[in-house]
Amino acid sequence: MTKILYFGRLTDLTGTSEEQIQFPSNLETAGQLRTWLDDRFETSGALTDQTIRIAINGEIILDSTPLNGAHEIAFMPPVGGG
Amino acid sequence: MLRVSSDRIDAPAELAAFEALATQAGGIVTFSGHVRNSTASGPVKSLTLQAYSPMTENGILNAMDKAKTRWSLDHASVIHRIGQMHPAETIVFVATAAAHRRAAFEAADYLMDYLKTEAIFWKKEETESSAYWIEPREDDYSDAARWTKKENI
Repeated sequence: MTKILYFGRLTDLTGTSEEQIQFPSNLETAGQLRTWLDDRFETSGALTDQTIRIAINGEIILDSTPLNGAHEIAFMPPVGGG
Repeated sequence: MLRVSSDRIDAPAELAAFEALATQAGGIVTFSGHVRNSTASGPVKSLTLQAYSPMTENGILNAMDKAKTRWSLDHASVIHRIGQMHPAETIVFVATAAAHRRAAFEAADYLMDYLKTEAIFWKKEETESSAYWIEPREDDYSDAARWTKKENI
């Protein structure tokens, strides 16, 4: 199982701020995961929008980054500041 | 000192604690940011902030380290609230202590610009008629850019 976090407007679009999921083993990269999640939530591209940054285990990564060893994956819209 | 939490902020108590810490400073500057009671879209019902721990804290600590070095601060403190809050409640408390006032003023201003533009927070404003996630204002970006320009001089 992998913990997935959705911040900002993604909390509203997905209806959750955090979930534990077992994603299909054929997903190899962060980019493939975001496409799969976008289909799963029917968010019409909100998750595949490149302004949404992805962090794996607390580090911002590129879409080409492998999902191996990921225990926490965060989807981060542009920050709104404090 | 840094704290990011859903606890209410008691600014006078935070100032008293900071003064007890910064006994050697010649000047202490504090700033408290509050939830506004109205915006262009009407009276504000609530403001909700999300942070991503420890990424949020690490970014703020880095900005505090930069401020301490650049202005030779004796001490700096950032207390930031997350979760749901209401008009007039304190969102953020910043305190800086230095040998002289100008360093304390500038460092507090710098830390607030960091917190308003680069700090990892997501912010949702709810009014009577709408609820939306706020993106940074252009003014916030130009405020933060002031410090970069100064560094290049």
